[in-house]
Amino acid sequence: MSTVIKAENLSKKYIIGHQRQEQYLTVRDTIAHKFKDIGNRLMHPLLASSGQPLMDLSSTEEFWALKEISLEIQQGERVGIIGRNGAGKTTLLKILSCITEPTKGRVSIRGRVASLLEVGTGFHPELTGRENIYLNGAVLGMSKAETKKKFDAIVAFAEVEKFLDTPVKRYSSGMYVRLAFAVAAHLEPEVLLVDEVLAVGDAAFQKKCLGKLGDVAKEGRTVLFVSHNMGAINTLCDRAIWIDKGTIAHDGTAAQVVGAYMNQGSPIAKQVIWAKNERPGNQSFQLVSVTLKRSDGVATSEINISEDATIEIEYEVIRSGARAMFSLVFWDANSNCVFGSLSNTAENSYHGKSLKPGCYLSICGLYGHLLNEGRYYISVIGASDNWNDGFRADHVLSFYALDDGVLKRDYSGNYGGVIRPRLIWKTIPVQINSRNNSYRE
Amino acid sequence: MFLAWRDILVRYKQTIIGVAWSVLRPFITMVIFTIVFGKLAQFPSEGVPYPILVFAALLPWQMFASALTDSSNSLISNASMLTKVYFPRLIVPTSAVMVSLADFLISFGILGALMVWYRFVPDWHILTLPFFLFLVLMATLGFGMWLAALNVKYRDFRYIVTFLTQFGLYISPVGFSSSVIPDRWRLLYSLNPMVGIIDGFRWAILGGAYTIYMPGFALSAILIFVIFWSGLAYFRKAERSFADVI
Repeated sequence: MSTVIKAENLSKKYIIGHQRQEQYLTVRDTIAHKFKDIGNRLMHPLLASSGQPLMDLSSTEEFWALKEISLEIQQGERVGIIGRNGAGKTTLLKILSCITEPTKGRVSIRGRVASLLEVGTGFHPELTGRENIYLNGAVLGMSKAETKKKFDAIVAFAEVEKFLDTPVKRYSSGMYVRLAFAVAAHLEPEVLLVDEVLAVGDAAFQKKCLGKLGDVAKEGRTVLFVSHNMGAINTLCDRAIWIDKGTIAHDGTAAQVVGAYMNQGSPIAKQVIWAKNERPGNQSFQLVSVTLKRSDGVATSEINISEDATIEIEYEVIRSGARAMFSLVFWDANSNCVFGSLSNTAENSYHGKSLKPGCYLSICGLYGHLLNEGRYYISVIGASDNWNDGFRADHVLSFYALDDGVLKRDYSGNYGGVIRPRLIWKTIPVQINSRNNSYRE
Repeated sequence: MFLAWRDILVRYKQTIIGVAWSVLRPFITMVIFTIVFGKLAQFPSEGVPYPILVFAALLPWQMFASALTDSSNSLISNASMLTKVYFPRLIVPTSAVMVSLADFLISFGILGALMVWYRFVPDWHILTLPFFLFLVLMATLGFGMWLAALNVKYRDFRYIVTFLTQFGLYISPVGFSSSVIPDRWRLLYSLNPMVGIIDGFRWAILGGAYTIYMPGFALSAILIFVIFWSGLAYFRKAERSFADVI
């Protein structure tokens, strides 16, 4: 194991303009500003003597996209980079791939680096698929001979055999993306930097891409992978780095870091009670509290997956005649929506009826043998009369579902999947001589 | 080099007469110049057919002008690539020049046809042509690098390029022989580096009939070297921040 990427104190500064609308400078503007500047100095000789350019003070501001980032990455490591939008993930990749220079600090990388910040970089719409494969290969740093060798594999991976000699401008966007990813995926660099490029294409293709990235890593190459898909990070990477506001917030195994990232801002909560002026709601009613309770009525943040539980929504009706409706949405730790449940008429005489002002409690029963083991989040969506005045309170509750092993018996492993419902099973003996007949009892 | 190949391929896609465009443009310019300068203005033709005189100058000029326009816009039109992939940035303006070189070679075929038509046989001077071709490539790249890099930061330079190429056509000795310039102004005239290049091309193609003004040529050549090296230096310095400002 040797260090492939070594970055020391990387910082990147951007100047953001507040006044100028244009993205770029023109000589005309520069000259105009110079004159304004001189004018200002003449008008305010005292200020000018401090030697600071007046114009810059009013119109620009420094923005540090990265602050003192230091990291070391070993050969063959698969590192996931996570963080919120604008945290500096892409800037980091751009610096590592030499596209921009860091303002401070230095990077050393051993081996050939290929970066995939966007699919289809350098694709030309007028050229055919075949021509674009060679062109894109060259842009990404493959020689013509190499591309030729991989050509069939690329075409097969992208599933565009029939359209090879069609200009890519006539491709569907899915085909376009598939072809672009296929070229990039067949690069053989020592270090591969991948930005959020997998959020394209259909589910099957995304899976294929993730599989391909996994293969790349198995061959001993180093992969840096930026994604918002925590599931992908968890399965693909063995290490993860969480970048927050330009600094490394957390660096560790993928499971640890993803866990920490998911838990931020929403600690385990069995009950949420809003202060009077912070209650989510609309003109008709407002939420007072939401509580998760065990079957014996105790508020809890851990439920047993084989036992029933309830979620109680307390709310105050403020407009006479309002009809309150709710929907609960369950999320898993990777931010996948597990399911939603709409309050329904099977309930009682209050549901969907005009209510008098006052406090009410809507109780949603969650039966046992439904969830799988793991962490879940609950969002509450409320609306009155029609869904136009809906509001939502995201991730208000968060709890662990624990498996007591009632169904597992002697099986000690984990169940796959997001839910683990108890379905109806039945076993019957089958007579050998009645094979050709029906299976009816 | 793939960029050059791409641009050449793309250039004539979805056109009806395709590559013929690169033949037609210089040919028509040549015809017009011959009529305006040769027939109407009665400029001296140095003892060679006027169309050949004009065409020998049009070759380097067309190459210079089109390559300059392309290379100065090259970085901006490839902006998405610059911000997404790393590759030596110099490839971009260079490949724009290479595209023009391809056009140059096609135009050179027309010159051959003209020579056959007028039964004009060049002498040994033509063997020096690669040297002058090298010179025009350097001049083009030199200006190209300057303008491409400046254009990234200050977009006004694209207007300057249009202006330069339109104006340059008349202040460079394309439609006429540089011998029409009075001798005492010739050194000053050679401050335009295209003067030296065009004179060189004519000297190489037209042979002994055409005389070259050596001090002027030397001045042009020195200027070209200066522009090339300073362009390269500026480009290398500016390329670090291309991805941030483009």
